Amino acid sequence: MAEPMLQVRQLTKRFGGLTAVDRVDLEVYPGEVVGLLGDNGAGKSTLIKMVSGVYHPDGGQIFFQGREIRLGSPIDALELGIETLYQDLALAENLNVYANIFLGRERTKPFLGFIQVLDHASMHEESKKVLKRLEIEIPSLQSHIKTLSGGQRQAVAIGRSIYWNARLLILDEPTAALGVQEQRKVLDLVRVLRSQNIPIIVISHQLFDIFSVTDRLVIMRRGKKVAERLTKDTTPDEVVGLIIGSEEVEL
Amino acid sequence: MPEASVPVYRKNFRPVRWLGRNWAVLFLLLELAAFGLFGTNFFSPENLQNILVACLPVLLLAMGETFVIITGGIDLSIGFVMGFATVICAKFMLLLQAAGLPPGASIPLAALICLAIGLIPGLINGTLVARLKVPPFLATFGLYGIAYGFSEIISKNTPISGLPPIAGQIGNEYFFYIVPGKAVSFLVKPQDLIPEQMRSMISVLPILVVIFFVFVAIFAFMLKRTRFGQHTYAIGGNMDAAVRSGINVPAHLTWIYVISAFFASLSGVMFVLKYVTGRADAGSARMLDSVVAVVIGGASLYGGTGTVKGTIIGALIIATLETGMVNLLIPSHNRYIAIGVILVLAVLIDQFFPELVGRGE
Amino acid sequence: MRNRGAAAKVLTFIGERWAVLFLLLLLAGFGLLERNFFTIKNFSNILYYATVYALLAAGETFVIITGGIDLSVGFVMGFTGVSSAIIMRDMHAAGRPEAACLLVGAVVGLTLGVIPGLINGLLVARLRVPPFIATLGTYGVANGMALYLSNGFPITFLPPRVQKIGNSFLAYFLPGKGFTFFHRPVGLQSKELRSLIGIVPGTVLVTAVVLLVFAFLLNRTRFGQHTYAIGGSKDAAIRSGINVPSHLLRIYILSSLFAAIAGVLYVFRSGIGNFTTMSASYELFAVAAVVIGGASLMGGKGGLGGTLIGILILMTLENGLNIAGIPAFYRYIATGLILIAAVVIDQFTPERKAGGA
Repeated sequence: MAEPMLQVRQLTKRFGGLTAVDRVDLEVYPGEVVGLLGDNGAGKSTLIKMVSGVYHPDGGQIFFQGREIRLGSPIDALELGIETLYQDLALAENLNVYANIFLGRERTKPFLGFIQVLDHASMHEESKKVLKRLEIEIPSLQSHIKTLSGGQRQAVAIGRSIYWNARLLILDEPTAALGVQEQRKVLDLVRVLRSQNIPIIVISHQLFDIFSVTDRLVIMRRGKKVAERLTKDTTPDEVVGLIIGSEEVEL
Repeated sequence: MPEASVPVYRKNFRPVRWLGRNWAVLFLLLELAAFGLFGTNFFSPENLQNILVACLPVLLLAMGETFVIITGGIDLSIGFVMGFATVICAKFMLLLQAAGLPPGASIPLAALICLAIGLIPGLINGTLVARLKVPPFLATFGLYGIAYGFSEIISKNTPISGLPPIAGQIGNEYFFYIVPGKAVSFLVKPQDLIPEQMRSMISVLPILVVIFFVFVAIFAFMLKRTRFGQHTYAIGGNMDAAVRSGINVPAHLTWIYVISAFFASLSGVMFVLKYVTGRADAGSARMLDSVVAVVIGGASLYGGTGTVKGTIIGALIIATLETGMVNLLIPSHNRYIAIGVILVLAVLIDQFFPELVGRGE
Repeated sequence: MRNRGAAAKVLTFIGERWAVLFLLLLLAGFGLLERNFFTIKNFSNILYYATVYALLAAGETFVIITGGIDLSVGFVMGFTGVSSAIIMRDMHAAGRPEAACLLVGAVVGLTLGVIPGLINGLLVARLRVPPFIATLGTYGVANGMALYLSNGFPITFLPPRVQKIGNSFLAYFLPGKGFTFFHRPVGLQSKELRSLIGIVPGTVLVTAVVLLVFAFLLNRTRFGQHTYAIGGSKDAAIRSGINVPSHLLRIYILSSLFAAIAGVLYVFRSGIGNFTTMSASYELFAVAAVVIGGASLMGGKGGLGGTLIGILILMTLENGLNIAGIPAFYRYIATGLILIAAVVIDQFTPERKAGGA
């Protein structure tokens, strides 16, 4: 098997007296979709926040494309190509669609030779292209996020994560706020990206979604990784059992 | 967040929306019209330029405050940082003068030193808010006390005097003087005028206005057109999103408070040039005004919205009010009442038309 | 789980009670450094000047617990002071009996003082104006009104009884002779007058009673409980059936009322009515005291006991600096520093044990 794109070894995170993530090992290979499952408080969000640079690990190592990395801040992760779609979307309501897609990485053009001014036109263009690629309908890219529906916001957030040519994509509850149609679109998108060999980690409570797009499942409980299964070798019932702990721990 | 409580159909009615969005400009025009009607010579070039000069102190303070408020914070120290700046600037002018420097050098030098020292309160505020996570209200409130204390100590509680008179000239004179039918003179009042000519002389472009509007323009540009400005709005809109998008929020916020202190110092330098003195309480009445100007201009105290253009209109509204009241010989304490009322009106309008106000881009 | 260690435990202990400890430190420090600090007269002084600030801070406490703020207190105090002084002066000039002048003046002052609170409350509770702005607006209006009524000058020529009452004590002790209550002993020689000791100034007594009553209100009644609830989570309070708009209205009226009491008290104490100057910064001290006392600007925390300690810290500081001959303006610096320190320390300590009440 090829080298894993992402590998975390014995990754640990503590908050005060609480160990949120306890010596977790995880690999993600190019072209595969890994589902990260667990009940509330299992540590899934905390784990991926360490991979995306929001939290600093208290123990363990992170390897990306074979090399160990230290993420000082989210920008480090973004520069490596690790894009994260957060559960709360992390959109700025007071800015418009393309401003959000380019948030933190705005395009500029020179003004009077030396001042860098925002290049609205090109950001608008590029955003239009990426949203079209996703077949997402948003009437005006200049409308503020505030005015968009839940599904449209999700679309913008997804657009942002895929625009930047992610080498690793992390999706935290991507179908949470969506209607059935839109959920399906998101899942199609995930399959498209997988076919482009981009590895994806999906966190979700929707077992139906998990079973329809993932190749492998990793289950966490109370900070520890308790099981790993190939999706095709397991069933929803078994998975639920592992999540809530009614089955024996088995790695 | 403020909720809209007006029925939807009425809000979407075009004229109502237009009114809600532009009420500040309309109010300004109304003010001008009213004072023009009831006042004497309100629309003379002198008086109109007086308004511009009168709006400078508030405008400068409000510029800094605009940046801070857009990020969802507030800077309560500006009034006394301004006072602190006037004291420092005046002191240095005296010092340099005593050291033998000609006014041509001592004045700009003192101003520069004052601006440099004035950045310190901004750094402190920024560090408190951005790195130590002190709520902006408390951090700047604390600093307000500290700045006031320091300025009183340095000035020993008396206004500083004895500054080079040229300072006052810069502060009170104009770029052009036009005597109709005779001459146009640049920077210097024409000499040897007979009284009749003196009365008909028109002064154009107060020097102070020109100098300080340059700063306003530069920062307005920065807010609207650069990444820095964009990130400022982003932080105000959703600080988490800004953090996760890789924006260095602590550094950015520190800059924001430094900018605020910078403008407060700028306002202090302006004060020294205009009144040829430095005093610790120079800015104490202005804090209220500057926040009012920013809020009238469309900013929300929750952050994420606001523009320099709006702030300028807000400052003009206040300045017009002041100038108009002087013109109509209304005693000055009524201004407090008037401004208090305008402030509340501004916020009420924002409440009723939340989605109309806030021209972030 | 790692052992927190003794050092951490000590730090936590200090962190949780730092306000009281700091107050004790101040008292000890000034007591050691200055000869005249630990006298009854001096402590009397501290309490005496603290009354006005304590009242303002008490009202502010209620507001801050609900997550709001009241910036108008200083100016409402000036406004009520001026109004009641004017009434007293004019009635006195019209020849009315002194007692009536004082009573009517006080009552009118208190009543007028409720109005800014009403306005604040309506703006914040019903019109959803952010408290900062609403009270900033009334601050301007109150100041304007005070200036208008007084034309910028202190109101004088009040009935002479005013100051007598304002400076009276609960009891008087003449060494070697005995106690009298409420009235100065009559027929005193000048030598005896000088050694007369006043115990518990009347104004302090009034303030103490008011504070106790409202501390009871805050800690033991539903009203107080609801106040904390609204500060903790406005939504939760609304959904539990608490009439939040009406409660907030009452809170802001309360704050104004405290400011009004402070204003009237000030008139009694000083014998004049004066508007509040811009730089007096009463609101700075009030808010600082409340925050030092353990409240969070987010609301939901704090108490009158803590606020009282905050006031005592600030007043002791001013008094101590005064005695030590340090110019008064250092108190602004000190207040600012302590305020900031308060917030920073609170970041690091989990739960503050606010001083009792």
